[in-house]
Amino acid sequence: MGKFWSLIFLLVPVLGVAAFVVAPWYDHWLPRDISEHGHTIDHLFYFILWLTGAVFVATEVVMFWFMWRYDSQGKANPVKYMHGSHTLEIVWTILPAATLLFIAIYQMNAWANAKIISPAAGPDGILGTADDMRPMLEVTARQFEWRLRYPGLKAEGVLGDSDDIHVVNDLHLPVNEEILLDLKSADVLHSFFLPNVRVKQDAVPGMKIPVWFRCTETGSYDLVCAELCGWGHYKMKGRLTVESREDFDKWLAQKYRDQEATQDPQLVGKGDGE
Amino acid sequence: MSTLSVGSHAHDDAHGGGHAHAGSFLSTYVFSKDHKVIGIQFLFSTLLWFLVGGLLALGIRWQLAYPWSDMPVIGKMLFANEGGQISPEFYTILFTMHASVMIFFVIIPILAGAFGNFLIPLMIGADDMAFPTLNMLSYWFMWPAFIAFTMSFFVAGGAAKGGWTSYPPLSLTDMSGQTLWLIGLTFVGVSSMMGSINYMTTIIQMRAPGMTMFRLPMTIWAMFITAILQAFALPVLTAAGFMQLLDRTAGTGFFIPAGWTANNAAAASGGGQPLLWQHLFWFYSHPAVYIMILPAMGMVSDIIACFSRKPLFGYKPMVYSIAGIAGLGFIVWGHHMFVSGMNPWLGMTFMVSTMMIALPSAIKTFNWLGTIWGGNIRFTTAMLFALSFVSMFIIGGLSGIFMAATPVDIFIHDTYFIVAHFHYVLFSGTAMGVFGAIYFWFPKMFGRMMNEPAGKVHFLLTFLFLNGTFFTMHILGVVGFPRRLADPYHYPTFHHLRPLNVFMTWCAIGMVATQVIFATNFIWSIFFGPKAGRNPWHANGLEWAAPSPPGHGNFDVQPVVYRGPYEYGSPEVDTDYYPQTQPPPAHTEGAPAPVPAAAH
Repeated sequence: MGKFWSLIFLLVPVLGVAAFVVAPWYDHWLPRDISEHGHTIDHLFYFILWLTGAVFVATEVVMFWFMWRYDSQGKANPVKYMHGSHTLEIVWTILPAATLLFIAIYQMNAWANAKIISPAAGPDGILGTADDMRPMLEVTARQFEWRLRYPGLKAEGVLGDSDDIHVVNDLHLPVNEEILLDLKSADVLHSFFLPNVRVKQDAVPGMKIPVWFRCTETGSYDLVCAELCGWGHYKMKGRLTVESREDFDKWLAQKYRDQEATQDPQLVGKGDGE
Repeated sequence: MSTLSVGSHAHDDAHGGGHAHAGSFLSTYVFSKDHKVIGIQFLFSTLLWFLVGGLLALGIRWQLAYPWSDMPVIGKMLFANEGGQISPEFYTILFTMHASVMIFFVIIPILAGAFGNFLIPLMIGADDMAFPTLNMLSYWFMWPAFIAFTMSFFVAGGAAKGGWTSYPPLSLTDMSGQTLWLIGLTFVGVSSMMGSINYMTTIIQMRAPGMTMFRLPMTIWAMFITAILQAFALPVLTAAGFMQLLDRTAGTGFFIPAGWTANNAAAASGGGQPLLWQHLFWFYSHPAVYIMILPAMGMVSDIIACFSRKPLFGYKPMVYSIAGIAGLGFIVWGHHMFVSGMNPWLGMTFMVSTMMIALPSAIKTFNWLGTIWGGNIRFTTAMLFALSFVSMFIIGGLSGIFMAATPVDIFIHDTYFIVAHFHYVLFSGTAMGVFGAIYFWFPKMFGRMMNEPAGKVHFLLTFLFLNGTFFTMHILGVVGFPRRLADPYHYPTFHHLRPLNVFMTWCAIGMVATQVIFATNFIWSIFFGPKAGRNPWHANGLEWAAPSPPGHGNFDVQPVVYRGPYEYGSPEVDTDYYPQTQPPPAHTEGAPAPVPAAAH
C-alpha cells in the first residue's frame, strides 16, 4: 500500500503544475495588463512563480521518492539511525535565507514606484512647492458606488470649487498620461481595484490617499471594490474607460454641459443620485 | 530512589493507580478538573463546531457556484423571505461566521484546548495540570462564547457581517450581532489566557524526573511556545475588542475619524483612526496564525518520527525554528496592511520581516523530509495525515511568498489567492494535522483503536477533495477574483470563472460528506473499537507508558525519563523503539535504578 500512497502524494506536484499550465489556455490567468508599471508587477509575479514552482516540485518529488523508497512494506527494515546533520542544517538555513532576502530586495523598486515616489511632488521631488502636480480627479468611495469628481472647465485644474464635474461609477481617463488621483471614503473602508491596471488601494474614512498610474491602452475595463463594505459590496462596480486625450476632453465637456443643464427634463433625476 | 524528586502528590496518585474519583457524575464528566476529561470536552465541542463551520462554508460555496438560485431542500426552510435564496446580507454573515467559528471555536481550542490539555501532563509525566480549577474554567468560559455566537444568528439583523477581521467603521454600523460577536471573542480570549498560563506553568514546573527541556517532545515545545505567544498577543486583541465594544455602545471614538457619518446617522465626534484597529487586530491575529499552526507542527513531528521508526531529524533546529517563528511572528503583522493606507515605507520593513519568517518554516520542512529519509515508513492513517500536512504546508508556505512581496500583493491582495493560501495553511495543514493527531492519540484517549481501513478511505477522499477545492483557488486569485463578493460574475473580468467555481463547490460538498466516514468511525470506535494496549504504535513518549485510557492521576508508576523522545531504531536495544521511561541496559554505568511498579 505504501507505493499506492506515494503515488497519491505524487499527484500533488503533477496536478499542481498541470493546473497552472492549463489555466492560461482557458483564459484563467492574469487579466490583460494595460498599464505602464503593470509589466513590472507581472514580472515579479512570474519570478516568484518560477522560483516557488521549482521548490514546490523539487520538495514534493523528493517527498514522494522518500515515501516510495523507504516504505516498510510491513517489514522491520533497518533505518539510518541519526539525529540530524549540522552541515545540512547550515546549508538549508543559509540558502533559503539568502534567496528570501534577495526576493525582498528585488521587489523594493517596484513598490517604491507604485506607492512611495509620488508624482504629486512634481519634477523637483518635493511636496509643497510650485511645481506640484495637481490630482486629475478625486475618487470618493461610498456604499455602494464610486463618486468621481473632475475639475470643472471654468477654473481648469482646480478641484473643490463650484464648477466641479460629478460623475458616478463612470471613470474616464486619458491614455498615456500620468494619472494622479486622490482617494477618499465617505463612510466605511473600500478598496479601489483596477485589475487591468494592477492598482489596488484601500479608501479609508478620514484619509486622503494619492494613487498614481499610467494606462497605455484604450478600452473599457472593470473598477472593482476589493474591501468588504457591506451587503452591497458585490455590486459596487464601476467602469474604467481609457481613451485618447481628445475623446476624454470631449467626454468631460459633455459631462460639464449635462451638469450645467440639469433643468432639462430628460436629465432630471439621472444625475449622480443616490 | 532518594535521588529522584518525586512530588508527594504524584506519589499519592501513583499509589492510587487511577484512584476512584469519588465525585458524582457531574463532577466526573461535566465539571471535571481532570485534564483528560477537559481535553475530551474541548475535542467534542470543537468537532461539533467544525461541522457548523463546514456547513457555513458550503453556504458560501453554493452561492459562488449558483448565485441567487434556490438552495435545494434546506433553502426554503432557511431563507423563506428570499424565496429559498441566500440574500447578500446572509452571504456576508456566512463568510464572517465561517471564519469566526473555524478560528475561534475550532482551530485554536482544538489545538490548545483539546490536544494541549490532553497531552501536556501525559507527555511530560505529570499527574495533571498545575491549576486544575483554572483548567476547568478555561473550558466553561468557552460556553458564553458558544451561546453568544449562536444567539447572534437570531437577533435583529443577524450575526456579525463585518468579516472575521471586523474592520471598523463597517463593524460599527452593523446591528447587534456584532456586539455579540465581540462578547464571544472576549470570552474565547479569557479561556485561551487561562489555558496558556496553565500550560506554561505546567510545562515549566511539573516535568517528570529526568525530563529536561531538551527531552520534551516537539508537541510540548510547540504547545509551550504557543502558550507564550497567546499570553503576549491576546491582551492586545482583548483590549481592541473592548475599544470596539465601547465605540459601538458607549459613544467613544477610537476607530472613528472626526465628523464621520454613515447610514444617515448623526455625525460622530470621533478623532480616532480606522487603521488603529487593523494594527491592533493583526498584532494579535498574525501571531494567532502561528498559534493555529505550531501545535499541529509539533504533533506532526511526533507522528512522523514514530512511523518512520527513526529519530526526528534536527531536533534542536526544529525547536529553534518554532521559537524563531514565534519571535518573528510579532513583527510581521503589517503584511496584512500593505494596501490599507498605512505609510508605504512600513511596507518595506514588513516585507523583509515577512520574507524572513518563511525561513524557519523552510527549515522545518527540510527536517521533516530528513526524518522520513532512510526510515522504515509505516503508512498508518495517522502517518498519512501527518505526511499530507507536510505536503500541503509546502504549498501554503510557498504561496505566502507571493503575498509577502509587496508589489505582487498589490494585485493579489484580497483575492482568492490569499483565500487559497490560508486554507492551505489552516485546513490542508492544521486540520489534516489534527486528523492525524486524532487517529494517533485516540487509543490513549478512549482505550480503543479506530478502524484503519475506514481511516484510510477518509484520508484519501479528504486529500483529493481538499485539493480540488483549494488548489483551484490559486487560479482564481491569479485572475484577480476578489474574496467576499456575493456575486463576482457581475464583473466581465470574472464572468467566465463560474464553471471552475462549480467544480470547487462539488469538491467542497464531497469533502464535507467524507467527514461522515470520520464521524462514524470516531463514534463507533469509542464504543466498539478493538481494545488498545498501552502502546499500540510502539512509540517512545511518556503518554504511552500510562494505561489506555489513563485513570485519574495518569500514571500507575511514577515515570522517570532517561532519554529524548525520538530514539527509534537505536542500536542500544533490540526493539526499533526505546521508550523514554525504559531504563538503559544494566551495563550502562551511572544510570538511575528503575522505579518499581506500584503495588496494587
